[in-house]
Amino acid sequence: MSGKAGLRGRGVLADLVLVVYFLLSLAPVVFIVALSLKSNAEQTSTYLRFTPTLDNYRAVLGIGAGESAYLRFFLASLICAVGAVLVSLVIGVPAAYAAARFRFRGSEGLLFTLLSFRFAPELVVIIPLGVLYQQLGLYDTYVGMIWALQLVTMPLVVWILRSFFQDLPPDLEQAALLDGYSRRQAFVKTVLPLVRPGVAAVCLLAFIFAWNNFILPFTLTSSEAQTVTVSSLAFLGGNQVRFNLVAAGAVMAVLPPLVLALFIQRYLVRGLSFGAVKS
Amino acid sequence: MGTPRWRRRLRPYLLAMPAVLLCVGILYPFFVGVGYTVFNFSDANRTPSFVGVRNFVDILSSDTFWHSAQVTVSFAVVATVVETVVGVGIALLLHRSSLVARILERFLIVPLMVAPIIAAIMWKLILLPEVGWVRPILSAAGVEGYRGTDSALAAFFWSVVVDAWLYTPFVAILALVGLRSLPRSPFEAAAVDGANWWLTFRRLILPMLWPYILVAVIFRFMDCLKVFDIIYGLTAGGPGDATTTLQISAYLEAITYARYSRGMTFMLILWVVVYASSFVLVRYLGRVQSRAAGSV
Repeated sequence: MSGKAGLRGRGVLADLVLVVYFLLSLAPVVFIVALSLKSNAEQTSTYLRFTPTLDNYRAVLGIGAGESAYLRFFLASLICAVGAVLVSLVIGVPAAYAAARFRFRGSEGLLFTLLSFRFAPELVVIIPLGVLYQQLGLYDTYVGMIWALQLVTMPLVVWILRSFFQDLPPDLEQAALLDGYSRRQAFVKTVLPLVRPGVAAVCLLAFIFAWNNFILPFTLTSSEAQTVTVSSLAFLGGNQVRFNLVAAGAVMAVLPPLVLALFIQRYLVRGLSFGAVKS
Repeated sequence: MGTPRWRRRLRPYLLAMPAVLLCVGILYPFFVGVGYTVFNFSDANRTPSFVGVRNFVDILSSDTFWHSAQVTVSFAVVATVVETVVGVGIALLLHRSSLVARILERFLIVPLMVAPIIAAIMWKLILLPEVGWVRPILSAAGVEGYRGTDSALAAFFWSVVVDAWLYTPFVAILALVGLRSLPRSPFEAAAVDGANWWLTFRRLILPMLWPYILVAVIFRFMDCLKVFDIIYGLTAGGPGDATTTLQISAYLEAITYARYSRGMTFMLILWVVVYASSFVLVRYLGRVQSRAAGSV
């Protein structure tokens, strides 16, 4: 070991390895953005040097060509994901609070049932749900999708919010109760303001997972409530595939979760690990 | 306080009631589905008759099942190992907080936010000889005869690559949080004693980091066992049935051919495997966590 020079050499090598990893990690993103900006003539003939055009985005969004199927799928994704998050929030916040603050019979059972939804292979629910939906007329509807997406969003909301509630000292509500607040007022006035950033982060994360889900809309919708993840794959089928259009559609499908993720970096680890790891 | 006792006793149940009802709403179809497994229910046979354990016997003695099971387990093991090793490695490199590391860390989560099915589409395009970058890169490196995911081995290899591309950052951010929470004093003591890097890693970092790594491994392994999007998007289970995992087999049975009973039997077996492995892994995690809490 030659002291400082050796250490610095090793530091450069470590940085070099990092740079290579991140180049590999980001290259597919650069590739798809580049492909989405290529004209039909250039999509198969060039790699990085080309004249960028927004024509593909115009075509996908239907600008100048009337109606766009893509926008409809985009809107369906938005409705399903927002709806699923709202339902999970309304049902999940009280449940998470109860699980964090009270000991009651069945609370463990409830938590583990929800956790098992997170790890269950989706088709185990989808197969009978699909049959049921066809009988109930819920197949290919927003209501049906929002219901099915609870499988994704509900466990996330309850588990992560419970860990946020547990981080707050119970004295907080006790003090408010002593001041003459009712239990509900104590919750709204003392607890809620403190967990608000956590609730916002959970909502965004649940939205991302609902938006990114594929297997549920793929099996439980056909056209009306079809989401952007399903249609993106459908674009790739067919006889004359326009790869640059597929790329433009993919880029737009990735943008909402990517932008939202910027706001929740701090909570990402806790969210992705279901509260098991806190940063 | 003013609230009567019975209302206070009842409060947690009232708060949790909607969530319980929602669980019932999801568990009900699940149990209906479990019921399917002892019938011969399909779209063609809407008035099913009871067949006992015949579905299980059929499936457990079929090559399709054992082939898919083997593909599923190989995929889960290989992908989890690759993601864990690379993820922890990247976390260690990022933990040095050099200028380069601090800049690059901002981009770590980018792949993680891409929908798995979109990731599969992106990589499918990258691997296409017509438009992708893989063929020119390989031919620049002198490798000829590249044919995308045509062979069984190539299809498996690239499926693992896509999964690793997506989820290595997941392991890395968990490991990074773990590294940043480690106490400083043992490392200072080790440095004073002149311990080399490998010894420090093996004896100090790894044991203290193990609970964090294990959480990552549990999530990755469980998710890999039920992998669907990535493989369906990339290879659709092919070529032939080379990358047909259990969930893809079940999809073909239950959705494509509308044989609900057979599909559900596939899924129930997979569900038992997933449940059993999660049970074992979570218990092991509990032991590791209490050991780490006791010794550090």
